[in-house]
Amino acid sequence: MPSAGFWAKTRTGVGWAYCATLVGLFGLAGTSLFVGVQDLSLRTAFTDPEAFQLLLVSRLPRTLAALLTGASMAVSGVIMQLLVRNRFVEPGTTGTNESAMLGLLAVTLLAPSLPIFAKMLVAALAALVGTFGFMRLARHLPPQQPLLLPLVGLIYAGVLYALATFLAYQTDLIQYIGIWLAGEFSGVIAGRYELLWLAGAVSLVAYIAADQFTLVGLGRGLSLSLGLRYGQVVALGVATVSMVAALVIVTVGTLPFVGLVVPNVVARMMGDNLRQSLPVVAGLGAGLVLACDLLGRVLRAPYEIPAGTIFGVLGAVLFLSLLLGRRPNG
Amino acid sequence: MIQIKSLSHTITDTPILQDINLELPQGQITALIGPNGAGKSTLLNAIGRQIEVAHGTVTLDGSDITQIAPRDLARQMAVVAQHLAVGSRIRVADLVGFGRWPHSQGRTTPTDQTIIEQAIEEFDLIALRHRFLDELSGGQRQRAFIAMAYAQDTCWLLLDEPLNNLDLKHARTLMAQLRRMVEHAGKSVVIVLHDLNYTLSWADHVVAMCDGKVVFTGPAAQVATAQSLTDLYETPIQISTVEGQVFARYHR
Repeated sequence: MPSAGFWAKTRTGVGWAYCATLVGLFGLAGTSLFVGVQDLSLRTAFTDPEAFQLLLVSRLPRTLAALLTGASMAVSGVIMQLLVRNRFVEPGTTGTNESAMLGLLAVTLLAPSLPIFAKMLVAALAALVGTFGFMRLARHLPPQQPLLLPLVGLIYAGVLYALATFLAYQTDLIQYIGIWLAGEFSGVIAGRYELLWLAGAVSLVAYIAADQFTLVGLGRGLSLSLGLRYGQVVALGVATVSMVAALVIVTVGTLPFVGLVVPNVVARMMGDNLRQSLPVVAGLGAGLVLACDLLGRVLRAPYEIPAGTIFGVLGAVLFLSLLLGRRPNG
Repeated sequence: MIQIKSLSHTITDTPILQDINLELPQGQITALIGPNGAGKSTLLNAIGRQIEVAHGTVTLDGSDITQIAPRDLARQMAVVAQHLAVGSRIRVADLVGFGRWPHSQGRTTPTDQTIIEQAIEEFDLIALRHRFLDELSGGQRQRAFIAMAYAQDTCWLLLDEPLNNLDLKHARTLMAQLRRMVEHAGKSVVIVLHDLNYTLSWADHVVAMCDGKVVFTGPAAQVATAQSLTDLYETPIQISTVEGQVFARYHR
C-alpha cells in the first residue's frame, strides 16, 4: 500500500526534526545553567548550598525565561503570518507590540498602583485593538503584492511607536520604552519572570488549534468550504498574538526578528502544516533566543550584551539570506 | 435540490446578481455558462456560502443554507474556487487530507485514510503527493484542490472554472470523473464552464447568465441551441452533429 511508505517517510523526517530540536534545547539549557559571572559547576551546584541557591534563583529562571520567550514569540510569529497570509510580517511589524506599549504606558500613567498582571491585561487589550486595526488595513491591500503588507505594517507600527514615544517623552517615561523594546534577561530572577509561563501556556493552546490555523493560512474561501468558523479562529489567533506580545513586553522586553525569521526557516524545511511544524517552530525560537542570551553573557564577560541586540544582528542576516534566496514564485 | 429565491447581490453599488430565481436539479451536472462578468462565479459563491448575499435565499433540500451549521454544510457541499493563489507551503497529501476535516476534525480514521488515498490516485497525484503546493504548476495545483473536494465526499460539488489550467488530457479526464460521480455515486455537480463543447458534451442541465440575470435554463439538449447561444455570447455560433457528437463552432 503506497500510504504506508508515505507516512513512514514523512513521520521519520518529522521525528528527526523533533529529536534534533530536543537535543539542541537540552544542550543549550544545560550550558546556560553553568555560564555566568559567578562560577558554578555541576559539582559545586549540589555540594555548596550557596551555589545551589544561585542555580535556583538566577540561572534556572533566566534559562527558562529565554526559552519561554523564544518559543512563544516564534509561535505568535507563525500565527500572525498565517492570519494575514503573508510571510514577511511578525507582531513587531504589525503594530501589535507598539499598541501593547501604548496600553502599558496609559495604564502606568493613569493607574500606576495596579498589579503587574492587571497592567499586562490592559496591554494585551490594547495589542488586540492595534492588531485588528492592522488587519482591517491589510484587507484593503492587493494580495498579489506581498511586499506591500509588511511595508504598510512598518509604517503603521512606526506611527504607533511615535505616539508612544511622544507620550512617554511628555511624561518622563521615555526610559521605559527602551526597556520594553530591548529584550534582555539579565534582570530575570525567580519571582520576576513567572508571567512568561502564561505565554508558554497560550502557545500550547495555539498548538491545539494547529489545524485550524493551517486552514486559515489556506484562505478564507477554503476555510469556509471546509466548515471552519473562520472569524472565530482569526479572533483566537489575534488574541494569542496579543497576549504573548503583552506578556513578553512586561517581563523581559520584546526581541526583534524572532517571530519573522524562525517561522520562515521552519517553513522552508518542513512546510506550513502547523500540526507537524509548530513544535519545531517553538523549539527553534527557544533555542535561538537562549543561544543569543548565552552569547551575550560570554562575548564581553563580565559585562553583558542584551539578547535582543544579538538577535537583531543575527536575525537581520538570516532574514536577508532568506529574502535573497527566495524563489521567484515563492 | 438547491433552490434559489430572489437572490440579489451588489459589490460597491454595482449590481452583480439581480433577482435570481432558480432550481438546480439533483443527480445531474449543471453548467453555469455566459460571457465574462455575467455573475456566474458570484452565483456559485453565493450557493457555496462563500459570500454573504445582500438579498434572497438559497435553500438546500428545503433548509436555508445560512441556518445550517458550517460543519454540517461542509459535509453536504464542497466548493473549489477559481483563484487558488496559495501562500502556504502545504504538501499535496496534507491538502487532500484536509478534505476530511468536516468529517473528522483532524482525527483521521482509517476510513478517512482510504478515501484520501483514493482521491490521490483518482486525480493522478501519486507522484506529486510529497511536493509542496507552491512547487506545482497551475494545473497540478488545481487537481490537488479538486482532489481535496473529492475527499470531502459531499452530495454537492461546486466547481468554478476547473478546466482553466488543465491540459487536454486532464480536462477530459476530469469531466469523465464528474460524470462517473453523478451516475454511479449519485452526486450533483454545479460547474462554471467557458468551453461550449465541454458544456454540450458533458452537462445535463444548463443555466445561462448575462448581466447578473438568468437568460435561459433547462436541459442542455433542449435549451442550448445555436440561436440561444449566439444571442447569449453576441457571437455567431453554429451547432453541428458529427458522428453523434454535438459541436459548437465559434472560433472562426
